[in-house]
Amino acid sequence: MFELLGVPPQALFGQLLLGLINGAFYALLSLGLAVIFGLMNVINFTHGAQYMMGAFVAWMLLTYLGIPYWGALVLVPIIVGITGVIIERLFISRLYHLDHLYGLLLTFGLALMIEGLFRREYGSSGLPYANPLPGGTNLGFMFLPWYRAWVVAISLIVCFGTWFMIEKTQLGSYLRAATERPDLVQAFGINVPRMITLTYGFGVGLAALAGVLAAPIYSVNPTMGANLIIVVFAVVVIGGMGSIMGSILTGFGLGVIEGLTKVFYPEASNTVIFIIMAIVLMIRPQGLFGTPR
Amino acid sequence: MTTRRTSWDMLVLAAFVVLALFAPLAIYPLFLMKVLCFALFACAFNLLIGYVGLLSFGHAMFFGFAAYVSGHLAKVGTVSLPVGLPFVGWHWITIPLPPLSPELAILGGTAVAALLGLIAGFVAIRRQGIYFAMVTLALAQMVYFFCVQAPFTGGEDGIQAIPRRPLLGLLPITDGFVFYYVVLAIFVIGFLIIYRTIHSPFGQVLKAIRENEARAISLGYAVDRFKLIAFVLSAALAGLAGATKAIVFQLASLTDVTWQMSGEVVLMTLVGGMGTVFGPIVGAGVIVAMQNYLAGFGEWVLVIQGAIFIVTVLLFRRGIVGEIIALANRFKGKREGRAEPAGQAHSRPAE
Repeated sequence: MFELLGVPPQALFGQLLLGLINGAFYALLSLGLAVIFGLMNVINFTHGAQYMMGAFVAWMLLTYLGIPYWGALVLVPIIVGITGVIIERLFISRLYHLDHLYGLLLTFGLALMIEGLFRREYGSSGLPYANPLPGGTNLGFMFLPWYRAWVVAISLIVCFGTWFMIEKTQLGSYLRAATERPDLVQAFGINVPRMITLTYGFGVGLAALAGVLAAPIYSVNPTMGANLIIVVFAVVVIGGMGSIMGSILTGFGLGVIEGLTKVFYPEASNTVIFIIMAIVLMIRPQGLFGTPR
Repeated sequence: MTTRRTSWDMLVLAAFVVLALFAPLAIYPLFLMKVLCFALFACAFNLLIGYVGLLSFGHAMFFGFAAYVSGHLAKVGTVSLPVGLPFVGWHWITIPLPPLSPELAILGGTAVAALLGLIAGFVAIRRQGIYFAMVTLALAQMVYFFCVQAPFTGGEDGIQAIPRRPLLGLLPITDGFVFYYVVLAIFVIGFLIIYRTIHSPFGQVLKAIRENEARAISLGYAVDRFKLIAFVLSAALAGLAGATKAIVFQLASLTDVTWQMSGEVVLMTLVGGMGTVFGPIVGAGVIVAMQNYLAGFGEWVLVIQGAIFIVTVLLFRRGIVGEIIALANRFKGKREGRAEPAGQAHSRPAE
């Protein structure tokens, strides 16, 4: 068997695929964060917990109601999105007139509460979720499991769908306008508070969708969101939250870089994204796709 | 006005010290030492959020890493430093040291935390507001992963059975009472350093940066340098707290470097009152006492901490001490026959 750069190709492509999958989650989550931040100026610390809720609700639907994965894929983002709407109405909406840091602190508290409740109820050892697409195909240079291919494909579709909706449709133009000047948009007769609420619900729904996608790959675990969200924060800092496309590209790109690091220098695979963040901050503080303030 | 407030603060501090001197007669010294360590940690954190307006969500990296360094110095001593680059290969320089006495171990931990603060601060102060919070959180997570992998930290086991040798070769700190007064002294020194910083001309510039960074720049202040110095000072004092805690509990573990620990210090400061001198001490006391009391309830601690965050942010953002100050001001305003804006900028972190 031939080798590439001193590494067997199975290992290289296997890690590349894993990197793409991680990248898909980074992209979906940072996209949601960017959409929420764009309109509300709130960094949604609860995002990781909502991703975890997505996985858990999918597991509950299967275990308690017998609703299979494909049903969960549609239902879970809606259910968790609605909890997001409730959270926005009950709590976050009271903080818009204050310093943005309070939004961060509030959503952090919410994340702690949600994680604690799930840990209390389900322990922290993790619950299995059956793979809905078992098997795969041999591509010659590597084995491609169907489910992983599906995850990359669906997240690409959702990411670009979101980009299209925000950048190319009329609804998206309202959204972008409200990001710039909410007062003017309101004066034109558009219900901005409702739009903010729905946007938050949408961002939360994206996180929940990522959670459903993750359920068959990783075990369903109350702590799965907390550690991921910190990496996603670093991704967001690297990309800058100014552009939707930027979030998507940075998410996938960093996932791939992380995968490659696992092949060539495994000791640094946990930290490589943080190191890249530090370097980007030194060279381009506003982030790769951010606009300087 | 300033002098009146200063003498008032000193009176409260004196009362606190007198109370603290007699506290071990009624309360278990180990618990009191834990409160003091966290109070110092929270005071160090408060220096940034309360007086520079920077929310660090990664202060556990200084607290926890200093604990590891101090534990290692006290137990093993010998330091191996890697020189070189990845791929090229590591070279190790070994500095043979005997296990150090506690005061040197604590100083060593503090110094390393200050150095770490210099590096992390240099990166983090390039962004403000929520980005600053995210950057510090990410940097702390990096330090966490480093501690998981580095050989000297003992991985999941941590550094256990850190010896409590006689302090300065004299004081037998194996005795909880004796050590308690040492920790109290460390706390008071740390507190006075912070107090002096806040009330110095340097501190005035920090407050100016908090209130209006652009104007501070236009007045010719090297804002980044001020921020960096404050960050290093805060990191060093957080490290002092962590290094002391390692000797107190004879244990340095991963718990102290996690993001949860960073969140806890935020919570303590928030509950006590951000930007108040004594708030962090009160907050640390409340939260540590709550954790002790609820220790048997497992995951409920997390839920309750989250709930406290939410309630505090929504209902009393000034925190316990902040509310008391606001109340006192209102009372004073009424007595002197003029309305005074309650709270003022005191309890508000700047963007």
